[in-house]
Amino acid sequence: MTRTTTRLFDRKILLDAIAASFWKLDPRVQLRNPVMFAVYLGSILTTILWLHSLTATTGESSSFVLGVAIWLWFTVLFANFAEAIAEGHGKAQAASLKKSRTTVVARKLTGSAPGKHVQSEDVPATDLKIGDVVIVKAGETIPADGEVVEGVASVDESAITGESAPVVRESGGDRSSVTGGTRVISDWLVIQVRTLPGQSFLDRMIAMVEGAKRQKTPNEIALAILLAALTLIFLLVAATLLPYSIYSVQASGQGMAISLTVLVALFVCLAPTTIGALLSAIGIAGMNRLSQANVIAMSGRAVEAAGDVDVLLLDKTGTITLGNRQATRFIPASGTTERELAEAAHLASMADETAEGRSIAVLAKRQFGLRGRELERIQPHFVPFSARTRMSGVTLEGHEIRKGAAEAVETHVRSLGGFLPEDVRAAVQEIARSGGTPLVVSRDDLVLGVIELKDIVKGGIKERFAELRQMGIKTVMITGDNPLTAAAIAAEAGVDDFLAEATPEAKLSLIRDYQRGGRLVAMTGDGTNDAPALAQADVAVAMNSGTQAAKEAGNMVDLDSNPTKLIEIVNIGKQLLMTRGSLTTFSIANDVAKYFAILPAAFATTYPALKAFDLMRLSSPSSAILSAVIFNALVIIALVPLALKGVAYRPVGAAQLLRNNLLVYGVGGLGVPFIGIKVIDLLLSAVGLA
Amino acid sequence: MTAAGLLQVGIYLGVLLACVKPLGSYMAKVYSGSAPLLEGVVGPLERLLYRLCGVDKSAEMTWRQYALAVLAFSLASFIAVYAWQRTQGWLPLNPQALPAVSPDSAFNTAVSFTTNTNWQGYGGETTMSYLTQMLALTVQNFVSAAAGMAVLMALIRGFTRHTSHTIGNFWVDLLRGTLYIFLPLSLVLAPLLVSQGVVQTFAASHEVRLLQPTVDAEGKKVTTQAIAVGPAASQIAIKQLGTNGGGFFNVNSSHPLENPTPLSNFLELLAILLIPAALCHTFGELVGDRRQGWALLAAMLVIFAPLLASTTICEQSGNPLLAQLGADQAASDSQPGGNMEGKENRFGIANSTLWAVATTAASNGSVNSMHDSYTPLGGLVPMWLMQLGEVVFGGVGSGLYGMLLFAIVAVFLSGLMVGRTPEYLGKKLGAFEMKMASLAILFPCAMVLVGTAVAISSDSGRETIFNTGPHGFSEVLYAFSSAGNNNGSAFAGLGANTPFYNGLLGLSMLVGRFWVMLPVLAIAGSLASKKSVPVGPGTLPTHTPLFVVLLVAVVIVVGALSFFPALALGPIVEHLLMAAAL
Repeated sequence: MTRTTTRLFDRKILLDAIAASFWKLDPRVQLRNPVMFAVYLGSILTTILWLHSLTATTGESSSFVLGVAIWLWFTVLFANFAEAIAEGHGKAQAASLKKSRTTVVARKLTGSAPGKHVQSEDVPATDLKIGDVVIVKAGETIPADGEVVEGVASVDESAITGESAPVVRESGGDRSSVTGGTRVISDWLVIQVRTLPGQSFLDRMIAMVEGAKRQKTPNEIALAILLAALTLIFLLVAATLLPYSIYSVQASGQGMAISLTVLVALFVCLAPTTIGALLSAIGIAGMNRLSQANVIAMSGRAVEAAGDVDVLLLDKTGTITLGNRQATRFIPASGTTERELAEAAHLASMADETAEGRSIAVLAKRQFGLRGRELERIQPHFVPFSARTRMSGVTLEGHEIRKGAAEAVETHVRSLGGFLPEDVRAAVQEIARSGGTPLVVSRDDLVLGVIELKDIVKGGIKERFAELRQMGIKTVMITGDNPLTAAAIAAEAGVDDFLAEATPEAKLSLIRDYQRGGRLVAMTGDGTNDAPALAQADVAVAMNSGTQAAKEAGNMVDLDSNPTKLIEIVNIGKQLLMTRGSLTTFSIANDVAKYFAILPAAFATTYPALKAFDLMRLSSPSSAILSAVIFNALVIIALVPLALKGVAYRPVGAAQLLRNNLLVYGVGGLGVPFIGIKVIDLLLSAVGLA
Repeated sequence: MTAAGLLQVGIYLGVLLACVKPLGSYMAKVYSGSAPLLEGVVGPLERLLYRLCGVDKSAEMTWRQYALAVLAFSLASFIAVYAWQRTQGWLPLNPQALPAVSPDSAFNTAVSFTTNTNWQGYGGETTMSYLTQMLALTVQNFVSAAAGMAVLMALIRGFTRHTSHTIGNFWVDLLRGTLYIFLPLSLVLAPLLVSQGVVQTFAASHEVRLLQPTVDAEGKKVTTQAIAVGPAASQIAIKQLGTNGGGFFNVNSSHPLENPTPLSNFLELLAILLIPAALCHTFGELVGDRRQGWALLAAMLVIFAPLLASTTICEQSGNPLLAQLGADQAASDSQPGGNMEGKENRFGIANSTLWAVATTAASNGSVNSMHDSYTPLGGLVPMWLMQLGEVVFGGVGSGLYGMLLFAIVAVFLSGLMVGRTPEYLGKKLGAFEMKMASLAILFPCAMVLVGTAVAISSDSGRETIFNTGPHGFSEVLYAFSSAGNNNGSAFAGLGANTPFYNGLLGLSMLVGRFWVMLPVLAIAGSLASKKSVPVGPGTLPTHTPLFVVLLVAVVIVVGALSFFPALALGPIVEHLLMAAAL
C-alpha cells in the first residue's frame, strides 16, 4: 500500500507554520489555551515593563527586561508554531484529497426503474439529493457516496486509499458501496446516492484532517483542567512572592524587592508551558496519524476510546482465517483406496466453482496428479449444490458421484440401499472435533470416504493476538461455525474466546454483556447484518468496502478494509494519551531545576545566603533568570517532533510502561533542565549577553 | 538520633502498625452497619437517638443532600459553640468566674472546633469555663471528627457503588462514628490518662505556695501560683483520638496535668495516628481489596519516616550557635542532649520530635514541645507536613480523603502515561473528577499563600509578629499553613489572638475544611453514578510499590513546588544565615 506521508518538516509546511505562528497571536486564538494565554499576558506585561524601563530608572537593566520579554514572546510563538505545524500536516493531506474533489457532472437517471432503458440528464454533482440514481460509465468519476444498485465494475479508489490496484464494486452483497471522488475504470455502475454533497466521506475526511471539526476529547479536557489548576497555583506562588520579598527586604534590611520582570519569568518557567504549548499539536497529530493509516474517525473521542478497548470482536472469515476452507486430506473408507476416493472427489468437484470445490481439485491434483482431461469424452452431467439435498456432484457413465455433509450423503446412500460405514462415521466425527469440515463422498450406494476441509489460519495472526493480550485486550472470534469447529480454530489462532453459531442478535447481546460488565468493546464489520452490533460497539470500524449501512453504524471507516487495522488504531489511541501524559510529567519535573536557577538569583541582594541553592553555579543573577526563560522556550521547539510523532508505544504491561515512561520523562525531566540551563548560561556569558 | 530515641520510635511505630488491622476491620464493620461486641450496649442508644432526631436510617442521600447535611450540621455546631462561649459568664461550672469570650476570639474558636482544626487563639485555663470546655469544645471534638470520617465513608461508597445516585446517610455515618468508634475508644483512653495523673475535676484552680519565690515584670514579689485544673482527661482523650488537638490548657500536652508521664505521652502519641492509620485498612476492606489500603498507608509512611528522621537528627544535633558558646549538647545519661529549648525534660528529643512530626502529619495540632524553638530545619518539617495538604495520615477521615484526591491525580497522570483512560478502583476518572480534585488541592494551598501575603503586607498583621527576620515570616507562614490545612498547631511567637488574625485564620480554616469536603462529596457522587470497570490486564495496578512511589512523588512535588519559595524565605534562609554566622 502506498501512503501519502509528508516529511516531518516539509519546507512548505514549515514556512506556512512560521507565518501562522504570528497570525495566532490574535488574543481570541490565545484565549483557547489558558496556560499559553497566561504566558501571552506575561509577554505583554514584560514588554510594557521594558518600555517603562527605557524612560524611568527602575533599578533593572532594560536590556535584561527586553531579553525576558523577547523570550517570552518566543515561548508564545513556539507554542503557536507547534500547533501550526501539526495543522499544516493535516492541511497537506487535505489538499491532496481535495484534488480529487473536482466538480463532477452526474448523469442522473430520470426514468422510473433503473436498468430499463431510461433517460438520463446531466446535472452538477452538487445538485444531487439522497435517493437520486445516477449512472457512471468507464472513465467517469463517481459523483457522490452511494450504493450500487446495478452493474459490476472495477473502480479506482486510489484517491482515498492510496491503493493503486482497482477494486470490484457490484450490486448486492458486501461490496456494493462506492465513495464519491473515486473513478470507474471499466464497465458501468448504477448508483443510488446515499449522502448529500458536502457530507460525503471525502468531505468528512477533509474536515477531519483540516481540524475544522476537531473537538476536545474527554481526556484532553480533564488534562486541560489539571494544567489550568497548576497554572493557577504557580500564578499564586509568583504573585505572593512579591509581598514575601518586600517583607524579607524589611526583615533583612538589605537588597531590593523582587522585580515584576523576574516574577513573570518565574511564573512562566513554573507554569506547565511545555505541555500547554504542545497539547493541541499532540491532538491534531494523533488525528493525522490516523488518517495516514487510512482510517476516518467520525470523532476524536472514538480515537481516544480506541486506546481503552478491553475486548476486540473479530470476524473469523477474512480476519483470522484466509477467506475459505481448503481441502487438506482424503480419508478413504475401508476397501477403498485413497486414490479412488480422490478421483471421485475430483470428479464431483469439477463443476464446483466454490473455493472449497476448487481446493479439492487442487489437492487431488497435488497428491495424485489428477486432471479433468477426459471430461468431454465422458459427457458428464453435473448436479449443482442445492439447499434441499445439501449435496453436489456429477453423474457420468451411469454412476452417481455425490459429495456433501455426512447426514445428507447417508440419507442418499440409504435410499439406494447402502449404508455409512462405521470407520467413515468415526473419521467424520474426528474431523469435526478438530475443527475441520468433513465432506463424505459416495458412488451410487457405496460410501468411498471423507474429504477433510479445514480453515487456514492466517500466518502471523497468533503473534498479533499475543501482542493484544500484552496490551490487555481480550480477543473474541465471531463465527457462524458450530462450537466444535469454532473451538478448534480459536485454539489454533490463539484467540481468548469465541462466539460460535453467531447471529446478528447473538453478536449484539455479546457486546451488551461485555459493556454491562464495564468493558469497552471494539469490533470490525462490513455487512449490513453487522450494523446493529457496530452501532452498539464503543469503537466500531467499518470496512470501506462494506455496505453503506455498516459505514453509517460505525464510528470509524477503514479505507483499506483491513480488519487487523484495529490493532493500529488502538496503538494510535494509546500513543495519543501517552504523549500527553509523558510531556505533562516532563513539564512538571522541569520546575525543580528552574527553582534552583531563579530563586537564588531573585533573592541575590536580599538573602545572599540562598546562593547555596545555585547548584548550577550560573554566571550572574540576570543570566540565571534569562537562561531559565530561554530553556523554557527552547524545550517547546525541541519537543515538537516528539509531539508530532507521538511517544512510542510498546505492548508491555501497564506497570512496565509506567516505569519506563516515569524514568524517561519524570527522572529525565528532573535532570535535563539542569544541563540545558547551564549550557545556555555558558553561551550567554560567552557572547557577553549577561 | 540516640539508640534510646530510635528504640522509642521503633516501639511506637510497631504498636501503631499492630493496631491498624484490628481497628481498621472493626471500623469497616461499623460503617457497614454491624458492630461486633458493642451492638447490644450501644444499639438501643443509637436507635433511640434516631427516633428522637427523626432520622430514617435507611434513607439514602445524593451527594448534594449529603453535602447539605454536612454544611447544615457544621453551621449549627458553629452557632452552638459560639453561643456557649459568649454566654459562659452566666452559666454554671465556671469556678474561675471567667467572662464571655470576645466576639472575634469566639468566632475563631467556633470555626476552629467545628472544622476539626482546633487552632487555639485563646489560652484554655484562662478563657474557657469548664462548661464551655465540655459542652462546646469536647462535643465538637467528637462530632467534627465523626463528620470528617462520614465524608470519607461517602467517598468510599462512591468507589464501591455503581450506577447509584446515593452515597449513604450523613446522620447515620455521623452517629455511628461517634457512638461506636470515638466514644468507646475515649472511654478506654480517658481513665488510662487519669491513672497517669491527668486531672479530671470540677474544682476551681489551686493556689499553691512557690518553693522558690520570684518577682514579676513590675518587680513585685510573687510567692503563690494558681494551678489550673478541670475536667481535662475526658477532653484530652478525644482531642488526641479525633485529630483535634485543642488542649485543655494553653500549653497543650506539654502541661504536666495534661500529659504527666512518659506512659501518658506514649498513649496520647499513639492516639494521634491510631485512627488515621487504621482508616487505611478500613478503606482497603470496604473497597474489597486490602492491598489498596496498605498501599496508601505505605505511601504515608514513606513520607513520614524520613521527615521524622530529619527533624529528630536536626534537634538531636542541637543548635550550632550554642555549641560555639561552649554549651554541652551531647546526649548522655544525665541529659537528652540536642536542642532542648522549648522541650520538656521528661520527654527529651525523640518523644518531642516524634510528637511534633506526628501531630503535623495528622491534622492533630496538639503539642508537647514548642515548635517555635526548633532549629530552622527541624521546624521546617512540621510546617511542610501541613503544607502537603494534611494527607500524610491527616485528620480522621479528612486525611485519607485528601490522600485519595492525590491518588486520583496520580492515577490520572499514570493512566495517561500508559495510554489508557485513567481508572482507580474500577472507576474511570474524567474531567469532572479532575476539576473537583484540582479545586480541593488548589484552595487550601491558595489560602496559605494568600493569607500569609495579606498578613505580612498589612499593619495589623505585622504588629503582632514578635520575632524579627525570617523567623517572624516563618511564624506567620506556619499559622496559615496550620489553619488552611485544618491542623491547628501553632508555631507560637505570633500574637494571633487579635481581631485580624482571628478573622483571617478563621476564614482559612473554613476554606481548608469545606473547599476540600464539598469537592470530595461531588467526586463521591460522580463516582457512585459510574459503571464499575473490572480489572483487566491493561489496568494499571494501584497497590504496587511503583504506584506508591508515584503517589508519594505527586504529593511531594505539589507540596514542594507550591511552597518552596515561601520556605526558602523562612526556615531555609534562617538555617543558611545561622550556618553563615558560625
